[in-house]
Amino acid sequence: MTVAGSRLQPTLFERSRPGRGGGKIPHPPPDALDRIPAAQRREVPAGLPELNEPEVVRHYVNLSQLNYAIDTGFYPLGSCTMKWNPKLNEWAARLPGFTELHPMAPDAVAQGTLQLLWELEQILCEVSGMRAVTLQPAAGAHGELTGILMIRAYHEGRGDLGRTEVLVPDSAHGTNPATATMAGLRTVSLPAAPDGGVDLDAFRAALGPQTAAIMITNPSTLGMFESRIGELLDLVHGAGALAYMDGANLNAILGRFKPGEAGFDVMHINTHKTFSTPHGGGGPGAGPVGVGEKLLPFLPAPRVLREPDGSFRIEAVGERPSSIGRMRSFVGSTGVLVRAFAYLRTHGDSGLREVTDDAVLAANYLKARLAASGLYDIPFEGPCKHEFIASASSIKKRTGVRTLDIAKRLLDHGFHAPTIYFPLTVDEAMLIEPTETESIETLDAFADALITIAREAESDPDMVTSAPHTAPTKRLDEAGAARNPNLRWRAAATGSWTPCPD
Amino acid sequence: MPYGPHTPADRERMLATIGVSGIDELFADIPAPLRASPLRLDPPEPEQTLARRLEGLADRNRTDLASFLGAGAYRHWSPAAVDQILLRGEWYTAYTPYQPEVSQGTLQSIYEYESLIAELVGLDVVSASHYDGAAATAEGALMTCRATRRERILVSRGIHPHYRAVVETYFAGAGLRVDEIPLVAAGPAAGTTDLEALSAMLADGTGPVAGVLVAQPSFYGLLEPMAEATAMAHRAGALSVAVVEPVSLAVLAPPGAYGADIAAGEGQPLGIPLQYGGPYLGILACTDALVRQIPGRLVGMTTDLDGQRAFVMTLQAREQHIRREKAASNICTNQALLALAASVWLATLGPHGLRDVAALGAVRAAELEAALGAIGAPRLHPGAYLNEFAVRVPNARAVHRALLDRGILAGLVLADAVPDEPSVADALLVCATEVTTSEEIAALAGVLGALIGGGGRVPAGAAR
Repeated sequence: MTVAGSRLQPTLFERSRPGRGGGKIPHPPPDALDRIPAAQRREVPAGLPELNEPEVVRHYVNLSQLNYAIDTGFYPLGSCTMKWNPKLNEWAARLPGFTELHPMAPDAVAQGTLQLLWELEQILCEVSGMRAVTLQPAAGAHGELTGILMIRAYHEGRGDLGRTEVLVPDSAHGTNPATATMAGLRTVSLPAAPDGGVDLDAFRAALGPQTAAIMITNPSTLGMFESRIGELLDLVHGAGALAYMDGANLNAILGRFKPGEAGFDVMHINTHKTFSTPHGGGGPGAGPVGVGEKLLPFLPAPRVLREPDGSFRIEAVGERPSSIGRMRSFVGSTGVLVRAFAYLRTHGDSGLREVTDDAVLAANYLKARLAASGLYDIPFEGPCKHEFIASASSIKKRTGVRTLDIAKRLLDHGFHAPTIYFPLTVDEAMLIEPTETESIETLDAFADALITIAREAESDPDMVTSAPHTAPTKRLDEAGAARNPNLRWRAAATGSWTPCPD
Repeated sequence: MPYGPHTPADRERMLATIGVSGIDELFADIPAPLRASPLRLDPPEPEQTLARRLEGLADRNRTDLASFLGAGAYRHWSPAAVDQILLRGEWYTAYTPYQPEVSQGTLQSIYEYESLIAELVGLDVVSASHYDGAAATAEGALMTCRATRRERILVSRGIHPHYRAVVETYFAGAGLRVDEIPLVAAGPAAGTTDLEALSAMLADGTGPVAGVLVAQPSFYGLLEPMAEATAMAHRAGALSVAVVEPVSLAVLAPPGAYGADIAAGEGQPLGIPLQYGGPYLGILACTDALVRQIPGRLVGMTTDLDGQRAFVMTLQAREQHIRREKAASNICTNQALLALAASVWLATLGPHGLRDVAALGAVRAAELEAALGAIGAPRLHPGAYLNEFAVRVPNARAVHRALLDRGILAGLVLADAVPDEPSVADALLVCATEVTTSEEIAALAGVLGALIGGGGRVPAGAAR
């Protein structure tokens, strides 16, 4: 079985019974709302479901068992860094001193959290090689927007107003070009060289006085370190542009490569990838952004500052006019950042380097095992970093079985599928990232499953193309979902809501 | 490394399989001049000492205060069931539901979240979540520009200053224009959005308006003329964005009822801890007509090949991984776990419980208004409010600090939060919810009354 649960569940709305539940909140007097003008009051009550606590809990426990998760198995999604989420971090983030602190509380009563945030910034500066870090961005893409807006402000601050383009390799995450558009800039797509790196000739041709920045993911989404990075950075800076590093793949280079040291001007860090904060079924994350000297004045406001007496404070409104402004309300996703802080402290200097070493070791091991099988195409030879590309291109030509089918069949073997059809530049791509927290037994079992499926594609292709067979559902009608969108539950016309007893 | 699996023998075997003699060979592709200097960090800290360090940091925060602080983040009772559900690893250690066959739990929970919020706001399309109320508001404002192909929005100065700042940041980046609608200066509508000014701005000929943004309740806790503002926006061909607080929607008219096209807001009050600002929950909803403009993930109902009902992410042609530079937004990671928290909270409280939360907050706030009025701290604005309001307090900053020394967090010093709004200088923004007690209210009134009793003089030593 892939997941513990086998039965789909009714919705909350179907479980609802008029008059059930309640009793959690003291009942206010009947005249509680008399002072609210009638025109401002709600006329038709919200049609929320009525359930008691045991039913709610069973609903969500049964639903949870339909999910695959790190806590239940191996999750080799490339570019997502699905590593272990340490339990200590969950405990720490729930300490009442952290959870009950109001985001607008005066600095004097928030010293513990402010100290943690300030220390976290220092650690991230050291890891990234940057001068300063903002913890404000709520996710990687939010960090990208923060970084590109700072780059825009930098050029504008110098009166350099003609820089309207951002260079983005065609293997980049979709967030990179989407970010450029949000920042009012145009994306120029860079083709890859045959080795997967940036094509230097194409890059030179695209670079010019109209270039605001280049956004590079390093290692790339192919899992390869950009070996020409020194030349690229020299060329970018020589042209007066700045270099943004997408830190999605930071797990591959901790203690081995510091982007700020190498010359990048700005980067974001995904705490929910590299620093183990859980993905939560899609979020939350946090996307701290590090900057070098040039972008320091433009960091979003407010920053966390340490005073000469060792106390901490938040910048006042308007204190730093060069700032690009606010990216979100309050200070940041503090609950996520507590977890990242705990992770960084438990690992320390040697542990972080070991994280990267073992992540790269695991990826190369898995790559070697698949290459040795001779069944999958491995388009990029040589050592990979924390992830690698395999392809079912040859399997598809021989058998008609596609990467999608292999991904679905993996579910029957008890594994989550890798990232598939990304990057867009590789035919029938599978991007496989095992992370450093998976044992050799797990890696072997996963390689064996892929090999078994490749052989099955030859002997019994229908079994693969009709997978999954043991998941709670068969494949879904995604086209139908998009053609006739049903995006919310609609209560039956009879109306099942009971009036409030008062 | 505390969570690593490999024995020395495992590592040897893996290196041998790869065909290298040592780990450094796998990093030979990093050019020598660019290799990192050693990490200058502390050595690994054992869990047991780190746990004590974290407890020490948490203890340095003071959370034992009698708090009247809201201003966009609110204390509410959260049944223990909510966090118990959130602690299940099947929820919090899952990724985005890219393989729907093994993600039906997350997918159904998001569909249910969309449905619950749709009921609250009275609009049919609800995104799977955004970063927070401010980012959701900025995205909602950008939607109006895409939908109308106009490049100017009008933002009420009654909207939370952080939200206005974020809208400003996003719009400056996109090269779009933001104008602020002033507040009524005096009279019965003082402090609410100035409809005459709005009318004039819509017709001032400086550029057609894409969207009009007004908050309900406003940052100052006041109930705004939402129906009137919405109608004015529509008459000018603009869309209307209501910035809402979700608990209030149990008792206040929902955006759908007064014709708003888009609703945005902060979902934190729906059972999510304050935790110094996040992770929170950005709510974004719109009418069916705008479904292709809404950014972020959407989950829809469908069937599998056997005809079973199931759920799947849908309409992804709006999103960055498909559309790249033409996407509706760059958002990828969202706040799914917080949407789950809000759903469990709403399901556990139910419609009556939610109404009780909102109504009890209104009762406590009326008690607070009476107590503060009696000691010489009257409301600043005359209009109707739900559970938050500004009070006039001479020397507000010093008084606030003196109260803090007595264990009372007397709301927000408005002069610090909105220094560009002179009409609220020397005022505190205070709120009450169902967890506010009569004892806390009495304590605030008692100490505040003593502080301002002498004609507004703050006792020496209090204003350190």
